[in-house]
Amino acid sequence: MTADTRADADRLVAAARAGQDEQAQADPVLDVRDLTVSYIGPDGGTVACRDVSFQLGRGEVLGIAGESGSGKSTLITALTRLQRPPATTTAGSIVFHPAGRPGIDLVPLGARALRKLRWTSMSIVLQSAMDALNPVMRLGDQFADVLRTHNRGMDRAAARTRTTELLGMVGISADRARSFPHEMSGGMRQRATIALALACSPQLVVMDEPTTAVDVVMQRQILAQVLRLRRELGFAVIIVTHDLSLLLEVADRIAIMYAGRIVEIGSARALYRSPAHPYTRGLRDSFPPLHAPLTTLHGIPGTPPDLRRLPSGCPFHPRCPVAVDACSTTPPPLVSLPEQAAECLLLTNEEAS
Amino acid sequence: MPSSLWSNPKVRFGLVVVAFFTLLAVLGPWLTASVLGLDPRANDISAIASPPSAEHWLGTTQFGQDVLAQLVAGARGSMFVGVLAALIGTALAIVFGVTAGYFGGTVDNVLNFVTNLFMVMPVLPLIFIVSGYLRGTGLWMIAVIIGVFGWAGGARTLRAQTLSVRNRDFVLGMRMLGESHPRLIAVEVLPHLVGWIASMFLGALIGGILAEAGLAFLGISDSGAISWGSMIQAAQSQSAVLRGLWWWFVPPGLCIALIGTAAAMINFGVDELANPKLRAGTRRVVRRTRRVERAVAAAEGGAA
Amino acid sequence: MTSATNVEVAQPPPAAPGGTVVPTTRLRVPSRWSFMLRRLGFYLAAAWAAITLNFLIPRMMPGDPSVAIIQQLQRVSGQQLPPETLVSIQALFGNPDANLFEQYLAYLGRLARFDLGTSISRFPTPVADVVSSGLPWTLMLVGSTTVVAFVLGTSLGVLTGWKAGGRLDAILTPASTFISAVPYFWVALLALWVFGFQLDWFPSSGGYDPDAQGVAFWVSALRYGFLPAATIVFSAFGGWLLGMRNMTVTTVREDYVLLAQAKGLSPSRVVLRYAARNAMLPSFTGFALALGGVIGGALLTEIVFSYPGIGYLLYDALTKRDYPVMQGVFLLIALTVLVANLVADSVYVLVDPRVREQG
Ligand SMILES: Nc1ncnc2c1ncn2[C@@H]1O[C@H](COP(=O)(O)OP(=O)(O)OP(=O)(O)O)[C@@H](O)[C@H]1O
Ligand code: SF4
Ligand SMILES: [Mg+2]
Repeated sequence: MTADTRADADRLVAAARAGQDEQAQADPVLDVRDLTVSYIGPDGGTVACRDVSFQLGRGEVLGIAGESGSGKSTLITALTRLQRPPATTTAGSIVFHPAGRPGIDLVPLGARALRKLRWTSMSIVLQSAMDALNPVMRLGDQFADVLRTHNRGMDRAAARTRTTELLGMVGISADRARSFPHEMSGGMRQRATIALALACSPQLVVMDEPTTAVDVVMQRQILAQVLRLRRELGFAVIIVTHDLSLLLEVADRIAIMYAGRIVEIGSARALYRSPAHPYTRGLRDSFPPLHAPLTTLHGIPGTPPDLRRLPSGCPFHPRCPVAVDACSTTPPPLVSLPEQAAECLLLTNEEAS
Repeated sequence: MPSSLWSNPKVRFGLVVVAFFTLLAVLGPWLTASVLGLDPRANDISAIASPPSAEHWLGTTQFGQDVLAQLVAGARGSMFVGVLAALIGTALAIVFGVTAGYFGGTVDNVLNFVTNLFMVMPVLPLIFIVSGYLRGTGLWMIAVIIGVFGWAGGARTLRAQTLSVRNRDFVLGMRMLGESHPRLIAVEVLPHLVGWIASMFLGALIGGILAEAGLAFLGISDSGAISWGSMIQAAQSQSAVLRGLWWWFVPPGLCIALIGTAAAMINFGVDELANPKLRAGTRRVVRRTRRVERAVAAAEGGAA
Repeated sequence: MTSATNVEVAQPPPAAPGGTVVPTTRLRVPSRWSFMLRRLGFYLAAAWAAITLNFLIPRMMPGDPSVAIIQQLQRVSGQQLPPETLVSIQALFGNPDANLFEQYLAYLGRLARFDLGTSISRFPTPVADVVSSGLPWTLMLVGSTTVVAFVLGTSLGVLTGWKAGGRLDAILTPASTFISAVPYFWVALLALWVFGFQLDWFPSSGGYDPDAQGVAFWVSALRYGFLPAATIVFSAFGGWLLGMRNMTVTTVREDYVLLAQAKGLSPSRVVLRYAARNAMLPSFTGFALALGGVIGGALLTEIVFSYPGIGYLLYDALTKRDYPVMQGVFLLIALTVLVANLVADSVYVLVDPRVREQG
């Protein structure tokens, strides 16, 4: 049973990924530039995301990986404009490109204008499905309220029909709409939140560790479902996880975060075959088992740095196995390679030599 | 932890006020007598029910007694009842709550049932009636009654906390090793509950002061003793309200309110320290963040 | 529908892989009922405990209350008491000739006949009559003010908690902290002084205009009741506000509220259906403690305004050493509070689908 399921899921993953890798970069759905996010404290700010830039193509799957505390969730809440004090975006732009219309910078956008974009353009799946559903509302009502908010003309019956359809997409039977969240299993809740994210046909779905709460088999099943739906519906995905090996299977491109920076970004294939940054290499080589959260890395000694006292030069240098003298003084620039870009001094040296 | 407690302005305010009233209760009567030369029971025939003046800073009562001197003497009476009631109530809460939480099973069922009974029982009317039978007894008896009936809320909190401490690995391990129960409770469980017990003590202190004031207002008090409650009662029975002698009944009520506010502030601040979600909602955090946001917006507006 | 069926065929059954047992919708109803039955059982036990406590208190007191009561009754009536009254008093307050168990049975027998003894200060009125004359006034006063204070405190608490750190929060939260620490009867005295005497807006004592009839009577009851009620609401709402504010601040940071915001729902919907609905739940489990405080405060407030409820009766009984009325008042308050708690629990069952056993 388990083996069958796994094989099924693998086939689905493979099918979904076929032909998706070279998704047009020319037509981005999201264009992030120099995004910097700080947590404001009594003695100034802690910069948890620094100068983050990337583009996301229409229908593309971008994975973000990194150790705990590297700023992944901070980036996600900033992208979706869901951050609360003490977090604040101190610089940069997040330009969202609705299909066929001019781009909109989300950073200065007011609450009312944002509300119009929410869920219809960009939706989110939160880390813990246990906590993401309102415990005192029936599942169906949590679908209906978002459906009817964004489509004023939709009546109750139509909302019910649409809910049934959405739940069906993730393999949940229609009578579950009458259930309260605590009456469903963890995996079912997680799939329900994914169905919910698709309710208003968004162009971008952001997922913060969508599968940490479920077991390995369920994890792959859910991701396979996401990829299949992505193929059918054409939305782009940003997916965050500790688990690089999982990303290598599902993502078109992968960004690696370290101490609030994207230290390497490139196609999944390139990052797997020839990681350019020593940190990425460490991540790949440590290759943790599929289900274990990546809290300590066997391949990388030491612990993530304190964001308030970042090491000078390259923030990775105290832990870097191949560091050179210059690493502790010179911040590495971003170096573009054919299939990826990375921030490491060794790359500039290689280029120079 | 103590230094972070002090760094919270709410806790700081509360501690200062509680310390002030404690000092007032301990030293105040001696100070008013020796420095100001005032006796709370002395009757100044030349100043009957006179408003605040240079001679009597807070005015005098219908009987020509100095309100300030009474207020200070009342601090001692009220704080005495509050502290004694809180000691008794906290001790009972520890006995019921910690025992129930630590041993679990039948012991827990029985003790928890008793605790819940006292929770739903209207305690204040109960105290009124029992003290009604025992009228004329001293302040200490009143404190005992208040303590004996007012421990249930604290016991419930302590039970929940003990449950969580008990299930931590090191306590489970020590139990396996055959460490004796009383020793385990004293050495491993109680130290983890110190914060809760302290905040419960504060709550019981203010509860005791309020209950004593209520009893005194009902006329149940030691006729010779002065407390804030008995001052208000005396004012009420002499129609001070009708005659507008506000300086008689306003100060003691304010004192009760002030010390109650202090206790509430301390508990509020401790909650904030214990619950990061609550801390993120403090005005300092929000204003700091908004200030940065405005600065960023202004800088961008200037650049554009 | 067909597409949904197809997917279900293609996918393994939803709940199977995790092996989790998923309770079905049908199981929910019985769990609610069993919760309510257990609570009902608890309140019955609590009622029994209150009745027994009422039995024990006079018997544990120094001296012999029943002898004292009989002597006082004889003094106020100026005659030998009828044997029936003697039996009643001894059953209720102690009989030296019977053992405790016999006394307890006799006591329960009296209660079963609604016999609470005879009032000393209002001889020969039975205590049951005295107490039930005051009960409607107190029920109205405490009931209406509890509802108003709860609604007011809770809604302001949601507002301040939602905008925690904002201007409203900066004013209301410290103010409520102060207000919730102020003794009820002191607020009552201030209100009486300012609005009853200085401004003369409201009558200063009593519960109604003794000369009024019919509709005028009810109007006068409202006018007389306003100041006591306003005092109680003022003193009580701060506690609800603080509790609700802190629960809202905590709840607002829950993932489901974040998701509701991400969904682009209107702010009012996010606040009411997502944040407040959940933040409110602990209010019901803390109801017993809060109600106890309000009742104690209301009793004292009645005294300040000479309001004809059971608080004033209690005061009267205390000053005149009318023990039978004191005990009757206690029993009545205890039983009423238990009923109020049962109601709060029933509401809780309705608003929280995950009925948890709280003990
Ligand atoms: N409320 C906060 N106040 C101050 N600093 C914070 C706050 N939340 C997060 N941070 C800091 O921001 C950094 C990034 O946190 P973030 O939650 O984005 O990490 P993450 O990559 O999502 O980690 P994880 O994998 O554990 O979820 C952390 O180092 C943390 O110290
Ligand atoms: S810049 Fe230096 S320290 Fe940083 S990753 Fe490259 S080699 Fe390592
Ligand atoms: Mg995270």
